[in-house]
This record gives sequence, structure tokens and C-alpha cells, in this order.
Amino acid sequence: MRALKALVARDLALAARVGGSGALSLVFFLMIVALVPFALGPDLNLLSRIGPAILWLAAVLSTLIGLDRLFQADEEDGSLDLMTGSPAPLEGIVLAKVLAHWLTTGLPLALASPLFGLLVALDGRAMAATALTLLVGTPALTFVGAVGAALTASIRRGGLILAVVVLPLMIPTLIFGVSASEAALGGTVPFTTPLAILCALSLIAGVIGTLAAAAALRWSE
Amino acid sequence: MRLTAQDLAVRRSGRRIFSDLSFELGPGAALMVTGRNGAGKSTLLAVLAGRLKPESGTVTVREVGEATLSECLHVVGHRDGLKGPLTAEENLAFARDLLGAPTASPRAALEELGLGHALRLPVGYLSAGQRRRVALARLLVCRRPLWLLDEPTAALDTASQAVLAGMMARHRAEGGLVIAATHQPLGLEDAQELRIEAPRTTAPGAARSTVAADEVWW
Repeated sequence: MRALKALVARDLALAARVGGSGALSLVFFLMIVALVPFALGPDLNLLSRIGPAILWLAAVLSTLIGLDRLFQADEEDGSLDLMTGSPAPLEGIVLAKVLAHWLTTGLPLALASPLFGLLVALDGRAMAATALTLLVGTPALTFVGAVGAALTASIRRGGLILAVVVLPLMIPTLIFGVSASEAALGGTVPFTTPLAILCALSLIAGVIGTLAAAAALRWSE
Repeated sequence: MRLTAQDLAVRRSGRRIFSDLSFELGPGAALMVTGRNGAGKSTLLAVLAGRLKPESGTVTVREVGEATLSECLHVVGHRDGLKGPLTAEENLAFARDLLGAPTASPRAALEELGLGHALRLPVGYLSAGQRRRVALARLLVCRRPLWLLDEPTAALDTASQAVLAGMMARHRAEGGLVIAATHQPLGLEDAQELRIEAPRTTAPGAARSTVAADEVWW
């Protein structure tokens, strides 16, 4: 437990000192959301109707930023060998690293999404709903991404392969994230149904993603 | 602890690195692994550390209680496992918390290696020799019976080499084991020596001509 706490603290300290992926993925998120109105034109009704979808799509894409370095950075400088020598199980190590990664990328994304919702003309209720779905949905994205990051840890320039491997697996999260956000705007489906499925997806990804990423790291040794 | 390697053979990308390698080390023993560049010294250390699976043969540890092999060892090699943005103290404190069984504080360990002044300096600012000394300080912050050192004196000045020799002697006196891949005498008294000779006759056909050309030079 002490080992895992130390790992989370180290990764957070590294993220704070280097800046790096957390801030970058937030800027990338902003860029995508800001580009869409330019492409679609100033049709506010259209924008507010597809706004949640745009935010979710941008969130999925910006999750990929920095994900390739999640295990690769530790692989390259030998820290990963240090971690496999720890008495803590490799699954715990993966969980700690993914948690720290989500705290520096997924969480800021969810917190900043209401602000970015302004760019696509979302009203207050839709903004709150989208932010909530991102808050419970981004862990699923990070855990699924961690599996790809573990698989490509020892591949140089593995970033693109990572995206190809991981994006299809993110589709279910995307579907339920967007449908939950849109259910909040009105419709036949109550908001809680897709939201509950989204929570379930995050929990399932948390278990399977941790085990699979640890297995991938062991296998690549 | 007692470490036994029996009939180790390793093959990487179809090429036989070494085979029929056996040795046994009791408490306080030291093993110097020598051989020319590319003979497989680092590969042997990787096998002992559990990072590479041998093609055949076994590595067993005894007299360590419940601990597995990877929980008994310290590795100091070319990839030093240090994070440049973190200070030397933070790097060592992290290693101590991660590996468990803490003994010395990061400050005491660094002072022993003559790096007390670099305690709060990011490791990225340090020179290669200083980085190596921070990595070696990891040996002191938590207690593990087996030290696997891959060319530990690379980039070290003579004073630090003497400090390292003293550390290894003390570790062995406490019953620890040292296995070092090296080209230089490390000041290890009555250490066993294991010389790895590459089995050249088994080189694959495609590479044979270049290997033969090298042979002429050597």
C-alpha cells in the first residue's frame, strides 16, 4: 500500500514538474471543440444539438495524448524494472499509475468541459450533464487506453499503433456517454439509464484494464 | 541467501548467447562476470533478475523465507531508473517506499557516496558519474540480499570506486551476495569469476560471414 501511494505521489509530482501531457491534452481538447463551430458555421441550434457528441469525441481523442508515454517512459529509463522488483503486485502498480494518469488528464478534462461547452452553445443543464458523464466515463477511457499503452510500451513510436488498437475499444463508452448527455436534454430515455451503464463500463474497464495491462507488461518482459 | 543457477542457456532472436552455465553462491559470496563486449554479460544479469526467460535451466534461491527472486535483488545497470525532474532525495525516497525494507535515509545514503550536497538537486542536472552514484545509493536505502551490478564503475571516479568497493565488502560481510558484470577489477576479494565465451560456431548462416570477418581482426 505504501509502495502504491509512493507511486501515485511520484507520478503526480512528475506531472506537476514537467507539465507535459495533462496540460497538453486539455489544450488539444480545446482545439477540437473550437474548430467544430468553424467547420459547421454559426448555426446555434445545430451546435447545441450535437454539442455533447463533440465534447465526447474531443475527450476520446485527447485521452490518447500522453497515453503512449504511460508505461514507455518507465520502460526506457529502467523504472519499470524497479517496479517489478517491488513486493506490490504488478496489477497494483498498474492501478496506481492509471489513477495518477487519470487525475492529471481525465479529471481536468471533465472539470473544464462546462467551460468548453460554451463554445458549442450548450445550455446550463446540458453542460452539467455532459460534465457528469465525462467525470464517470473518462476512467473507462483511461483504463482501456492503459491496455494499449502496456502493449506498446517497448515499441518506439508506438503512439499511432496505440490509437489504432485502443480507439475501437472506446466505442461503447462513447456511445453511452453521448446518449446519457443527450438524454438529459430530453427524450424518451431517462438520464439515469445510460448513466448507470456508463458507470458500469468504467468499473468493468477498471478491472479488465488493470489485469490486461499487467499481463501485457509481464508478457513483453 | 543461497543462489543456484543450473545449466542456463539463453537464446535471443534465434541466436544462442550462452549455454550450460552453472554456478552456486553462498552467503557472502561474490561473482565477477567477465567476457568481451556482446558476450552476454548483461543478458545473464537480466535472466538472474527475472526479466528474461532462459531457454533452459533454472535459477533458484534458498534461505530467503517467502520472498521471490525478484524481491531479493537490487539491480544497478545502464538504465538507472532515475527520473530527471525529481530530486535525488525524492528518487531515493520513492525507491525505498516502492521496494520496502528501508534501512538508511536518502540523506545518509547520498552522504556515504559523497553526494550530500546534491540532495535537493534534480537528477537531470547531475553528470553521468553523479547519476550513477545516486543509483548506487539505492543499494543502501533498502536492504536486499542480492546485488546485481552491470558495470557499476562505469563513469565513476577513483574515489567513488573505492567507496563502492567498501559498500560491497560490508554487504558481503553481512551475508549478502554480489554479482557484477565488469571489465575492471572491482576490489572484490576472493570473488569467483565466470567468463562468458560466445559460442561462435552456432552463429546463424546469414551472419556467419561478418562474424568470420571479425574473427580475423580479433
